[in-house]
Amino acid sequence: MSNKIANHLQNIWKFRLSYLFITPFMLCFLAFIVVPVIAAVVLSFTYFNAIERPRFIGWQNFQYLISQDLLFLKYALPNTFKFALIVGPGGYIAAFLLAWLISQLPGKLQKWFSLAMYTPSLTIGIAMSIVWLPMLTGDRIGYLNSILLRLGIIDVPQLWVTDPDYLMNAMIVVTLWSSMGVGFLAMLAGILNINKDYYEAARIDGMKSRLQEIWYITIPSMKPQMLFGAVMAIVATFKTGAIGVELSGMNPTPAYSGHLIINHIEDFGFIRFEMGYAAAISVFLLIIMYASNRLSWGLFGTKGDE
Amino acid sequence: MWRQLLLYRRNRLQTMDGFQKLLTVILIVISIFMLLPIVYIFNHAFKPYHELFVYPPTFIVKEPSLQNFNELLSVTARSTVPMIRYIFNSVFVSVASVVLVTIVSALCAYPLAKHKFPGATFVFSSILLTLMFAPEVVQIPRYLVVSQLGIMNTYFAHLLPMMAMPVGVFLLKQFMDQIPDALLEAARIDGANEFTVFLRVVIPVCMPAVATVAILAFQNSWANIETSSLFMLDDEMKSFAFFLSTLTNNLGNNVAMQGAAAVASLIMFIPNLIVFVILQSKVITTMAHSGIK
Repeated sequence: MSNKIANHLQNIWKFRLSYLFITPFMLCFLAFIVVPVIAAVVLSFTYFNAIERPRFIGWQNFQYLISQDLLFLKYALPNTFKFALIVGPGGYIAAFLLAWLISQLPGKLQKWFSLAMYTPSLTIGIAMSIVWLPMLTGDRIGYLNSILLRLGIIDVPQLWVTDPDYLMNAMIVVTLWSSMGVGFLAMLAGILNINKDYYEAARIDGMKSRLQEIWYITIPSMKPQMLFGAVMAIVATFKTGAIGVELSGMNPTPAYSGHLIINHIEDFGFIRFEMGYAAAISVFLLIIMYASNRLSWGLFGTKGDE
Repeated sequence: MWRQLLLYRRNRLQTMDGFQKLLTVILIVISIFMLLPIVYIFNHAFKPYHELFVYPPTFIVKEPSLQNFNELLSVTARSTVPMIRYIFNSVFVSVASVVLVTIVSALCAYPLAKHKFPGATFVFSSILLTLMFAPEVVQIPRYLVVSQLGIMNTYFAHLLPMMAMPVGVFLLKQFMDQIPDALLEAARIDGANEFTVFLRVVIPVCMPAVATVAILAFQNSWANIETSSLFMLDDEMKSFAFFLSTLTNNLGNNVAMQGAAAVASLIMFIPNLIVFVILQSKVITTMAHSGIK
């Protein structure tokens, strides 16, 4: 038995250099990702107002969250699901389609089109307010209003970002516009990397349409990239929380129409200083994200040695 | 691989069929939609005030002027912290984080890809797992960690949280998997130690992936306002992105400083665009190996 442990230690010692290599990253990783995640889980079982010591209260935060927190149940949760269900798969499918369309073109054009699609995600956060606010401003000076008024489609300027009925749609459009990020590039690269012989062979075997090609060759050959794209899309979708606040210029958003789980966390964490409760909400969000990632794992994960 | 493909494709340029022509037109329309806001950012920065608020609004600037640049300068001259300080903070933090993130991620990715040390699979799967999390959800405990470490209001608080970038390690590891072991063996037989192998063989081969990670790190830190708003107490420690966000707050119903804000966002956008355009082809090469298996 002790021999076994000694053997194991010897083995670890043999690889001491490898451990040295990973140390700098692992230290940051532990300090800023692992420890915060564990701390969030621990804090979620406490009452903590950032001044007094955390007080253990068991499941109370979670019970309150899923049974009594009306703002959460009525707005944050359904809004997040609506937002995620449209933006997540929508952006993902759009990314695949665009990547495929681009891959059908000659090389030079590919480069420019992929640059054009990626640029919006370079500006996200920076130019959001500069570009989209004037576009969606509620008076007749707003670009969208002025165009629609001139075309006679609407008679009165619409309050695109301050009217609860429109805010969510505005958020979805803006996020979709900027969703061609890393995942899109991965899919494009995946498609471009597929061996052209496969298509050749399929054509000889009698494959006719491009749709068949996509379904039987393209998608199966790039499953790993599809999975990476899906993971990236899910993370991006759940973390875009600030957009409603940015667009409407108000926190909370008008009638909570753009209230997402991230906003709810910020509300409790940084405005009301109920850190324990805020931590419980983030744990809840982590679980949702994990579950949706497992789902995409099930859809696109390669099984065994495939 | 990419280059070969490019050549192969270029030979086919002459034989663009009807489908491809139709496709080009469709993609041009989509690209215009994607690029319009960027064109707008450029034009907006040069619009004099009477064009900024004209009705109906104009898209393209008619009488370009540098008035807005002057306004930004005067706004910042009046503020207690000179703008150059904010820009310095942003540039310093971005450059340092690009350098540190790529080094740290590459150091970690190399043994994960090429040494089968005890615990390697565990480390990699935990990195894979955190790929699924948005760091934003653990903001609050992160804040506690930073304050417990006693690095509030220092450049460390700008940099260290950025350095834990799981996606960087992931992309580099996937790329390094493709390096043939024989190459590393040859270097070792020639007497290179692990560190030399890493520096002289692995890194040069992995340049596309390193460039990609550098872009991602740059994007992360250049536009980052979180570390400034959460971890920095003094104004002179905050970043330019943060300063810009204070200018554009409630912009929707505010006339003052529209011009300055327009210029500021142009300044924020340009470095991002330049870095990406320069390194773009490397990114695509890296992404080919990005799949999760």
